[in-house]
Amino acid sequence: MTKENKKKDDQIKERSFGIVGVIWKKISVPLTSIFLALFIGGLIMAISGSDPFEAYGALFQSAFGDINGWGRTLEKATPLIFSGLAVTFAFKAGLFNIGTQGQLLMGAITSAYLGFAITGLPAIIHIPLALLGGALAGALFGSIPGLLKTRTGAHEVITTIMLNYVAINITDYLSNGPLKEVSSSDVVARTPPIEASAEIPQVAGLPLGFFIAIIFAVFVWWILEKTTLGFEIRTAGLSGTAAKYAGIKVTAIIVITMVISGALAGLGGAVETQGIVGRYQPGFNTGLGFDGITVALLGKVHPIGNIFSALLIGSMKAGGAKMQFVADVTPEITNVVQALMLFFVAADRVVRWIIRQRETDDEGLTLTTGWGN
Amino acid sequence: MTDKNNNQDNKFLKHLKKNWAKYTVGILLIVAILYNYDRDPKVTQAVLASMVRHSTPLVLGALCGLIGERSGIINIGIEGQMLISAFAAFMTTAYTGNIIFGVVLGILTGMFMGYLLAIMSIALKLDQIIGGTVLNILALGITSYFYQVGLSMGQKILPIPLGKLADLPLVGRVLFNNPPITYTTFILVFVVHYILFHTKWGLRTRAVGEHPRAADTVGVDVFKIRYVNLIIAGGVAGLAGSFLSLEAVGSFERAMTNGRGFVALAVMIFGRWTPFGAWGAALLFGFASAMQTQINFSGALDIPYQFISMLPYLLTIVVLAGFVGRSRAPAASGVPYEKEG
Repeated sequence: MTKENKKKDDQIKERSFGIVGVIWKKISVPLTSIFLALFIGGLIMAISGSDPFEAYGALFQSAFGDINGWGRTLEKATPLIFSGLAVTFAFKAGLFNIGTQGQLLMGAITSAYLGFAITGLPAIIHIPLALLGGALAGALFGSIPGLLKTRTGAHEVITTIMLNYVAINITDYLSNGPLKEVSSSDVVARTPPIEASAEIPQVAGLPLGFFIAIIFAVFVWWILEKTTLGFEIRTAGLSGTAAKYAGIKVTAIIVITMVISGALAGLGGAVETQGIVGRYQPGFNTGLGFDGITVALLGKVHPIGNIFSALLIGSMKAGGAKMQFVADVTPEITNVVQALMLFFVAADRVVRWIIRQRETDDEGLTLTTGWGN
Repeated sequence: MTDKNNNQDNKFLKHLKKNWAKYTVGILLIVAILYNYDRDPKVTQAVLASMVRHSTPLVLGALCGLIGERSGIINIGIEGQMLISAFAAFMTTAYTGNIIFGVVLGILTGMFMGYLLAIMSIALKLDQIIGGTVLNILALGITSYFYQVGLSMGQKILPIPLGKLADLPLVGRVLFNNPPITYTTFILVFVVHYILFHTKWGLRTRAVGEHPRAADTVGVDVFKIRYVNLIIAGGVAGLAGSFLSLEAVGSFERAMTNGRGFVALAVMIFGRWTPFGAWGAALLFGFASAMQTQINFSGALDIPYQFISMLPYLLTIVVLAGFVGRSRAPAASGVPYEKEG
């Protein structure tokens, strides 16, 4: 059979399964990946003497069992969507923003400051104002690696990592010094709580922040896919030289991308401050930015995919405590499961081989071709 | 004859013109150190020794990174390789009571992680950034899951003074009174340099990293070179991990690598993918870390400690932006190789 015939054959087969077949083809690899990762994670639990069914049962129950569980899961997923979007956006331009953590921290503390320092505003103005402040702080912090890259050629992977540590120190200093909560009994380094008017409320037991995150995911998708800027970003990401020949100002695109990416990360921090923590406290946002890398990769570097991967990882964070309580399994096992999921999603050859599915042309996940100067 | 001499002079001048900034910084540093040593030998020695301590895991991490990248595989999983090796080394030592077993197992674990990265990026052609990220998360998860509170390993590895050398002023205590993994690191820098630039294997490695197709056509086994290099590189990262848990701290803590694997990447790029460059970069970074500790400790400057803690990181950015500029990675680094036909 020639290759062309084979392709036709495939198309006929696909048609015969109808819409179900098409959907199955799209989600079979991710689903199988999740299943395989959970399976291996379960094996590790079983080897170390715990009951995986009990553990997963508790996790699932706690993350999705009732409205409170859903609330917890969405809460945990919200900042992850933002940091995932930040990483995704930069990836599209061929930039690897490992600095989401730092940008997120700057956003979180700025929105906390605007949240407690400004009083007497109605919520409808105060909430977006503090969010905007967080986004601006993240954008400002994100623009530094962008400018450094275009002006001096310093690679963003390194500058963003370094700036993460700088951000940790800046926020530590601020919450320990100028912005520290003044009270007689309190020796904890943290800012005062934000005003009630800056708090993002819950809607029917579910955090409103999550829905803001979804709006932003769609917005990012729209920018990337439907606007000239998005087209230029994606072109620059595919090939810098090609973009240059096409008349795209690549240096400007790099800076703009980093600014938007930083703004998204900053928003993640702001939403966390205004929706969950209620103030800035060092150590409360640890890992949220780094998890964005996993979220983005699991979501196949697609803005909408980010929502689902953030939900997945969020549910593990939400159910981890219960899992430890019921089945005495350390919640860190979910890290192992996440790594395995990432592996299987990226190594779709393996998964396709397991479920005997033929490779499609558009699949496969490639982000980088080297350090790409 | 005179012509040749002229040529050499020109070459030297050109070299000087190109690298004046480096030499100026170097000479200034040496003068500053000597001046300080004259004033306060104890503190100067302590700072320099601390510089070497801080730099050791970075040098090893950077060597791990550059061995891989010279053969064309980006490794951003150094952090994970180091972490899980530190864990394996510590656990082995804690259970067997034998530090040598610990170091060996640390190295073997690192090699296994290198092998995993090789399978992912060579056989499965996984995106290499994702492969590295998988290693990082996996290491964090596994070490935290299996970590047991309250385990201890007894005495950490002690320094071995090298006879009379250790009594030399200034450099004696800094260079010749170190624990074994630190000495090994010094030696490894030379060994890796020699292998990369003066052996057939090194030539092939660099060919594979720059132009795998060309290397393939003349009969070099691209896959084999990459596999072997990544496994060796993993072993080096494993040594870095063993250093952290057995030699530097004497116990294991959750996520104890604390970003060093990433800083090592910076050190590698900063050192332009060469062992000596990486060593210099790591020493500079170690020096900044040592100064930071010293300034914080002495309280000499009335600045909030957080700003001093930023020093090493800011220094890396400034040097990267100002002095190094656009450094060039091995051309094929990050690109999976597909055989033709």
